[in-house]
Amino acid sequence: MKIKVIVTLKSGVLDPQGKAIQQTLNGMGFANVKDVRQGKYFDVDINENDEQKAKLATEEICKKLLANQVIEDFKII
Amino acid sequence: MNSSVIIFPGSNCDRDMDVALKKFGFRNKMVWHDDDKLPKSDLIVLPGGFSYGDYLRCGSIAGKSKIIQSVIDFANSGGLVLGICNGFQILTETGLLKGVLQQNKNIEFICKNIFIKINNSENKFFSNIEKNVLELHIAHNEGNYFCSDDELKSLEDNNQIAAYYCTSDGKIDEKSNPNGAIKNIAGIFNEKKNILGMMPHPERMIDQYLSGEDGSVFFENLIRNLK
Repeated sequence: MKIKVIVTLKSGVLDPQGKAIQQTLNGMGFANVKDVRQGKYFDVDINENDEQKAKLATEEICKKLLANQVIEDFKII
Repeated sequence: MNSSVIIFPGSNCDRDMDVALKKFGFRNKMVWHDDDKLPKSDLIVLPGGFSYGDYLRCGSIAGKSKIIQSVIDFANSGGLVLGICNGFQILTETGLLKGVLQQNKNIEFICKNIFIKINNSENKFFSNIEKNVLELHIAHNEGNYFCSDDELKSLEDNNQIAAYYCTSDGKIDEKSNPNGAIKNIAGIFNEKKNILGMMPHPERMIDQYLSGEDGSVFFENLIRNLK
């Protein structure tokens, strides 16, 4: 089954790309954009039919590789 | 003295490092990332480059390669490990060094000479070094060192900050910080000071005609300390 993962920078961690996107949007006329945070999205296809088990395995995968928990949070959706 | 340089797919400073180590008297071997054993070594070097194309996060894939467990065992038994640039990023990804190298604050690849001030010379890398301020080269997109406040405090308390970016006369200020690194940090040690990670490239500064020779000061001193 497919599990979706979103990895984002923790709040408070500088996101220069997000900042550049926000400033560009402001420059394009989207004056109401206050902040943009850029993240990563993963589709993980796991050979497992039990959703609970697949999510547990994905959590391990996130901790060990997909996210660097010094600066990133992950969400399994 | 025996050294080993690990090559990952995408390493590009491995041969420069090989030249530098040999120039100052190391018997150097190149080791492929897919090997599982290290040759007998007094120093292991993780070189600069773009291992695995910087996919996922810089150094993250190399940090899981086959040879890394041997590097971790070597480091944990007190062996000297040096990570330059991408090597530094790999060391943080393996957890051997604290923190992380984030994208440069100005979102630009920086390639230029900078100065660093050595902060702790009570270790094999820097003890007895003749100069306190070195002119070295940086070339990176992700050199913006970051760690949590607690980690920063413990780095400072244990004297683990190896070097700061500074002006040519050794002043550590915001202007001399090329990439936004927290507190101008250019390199750090582990707690025992046998692992050094830093963004600047000493191996690029070993020839008076091509660059400068402050890298020579570093390597000459290092091999003297190991003898």
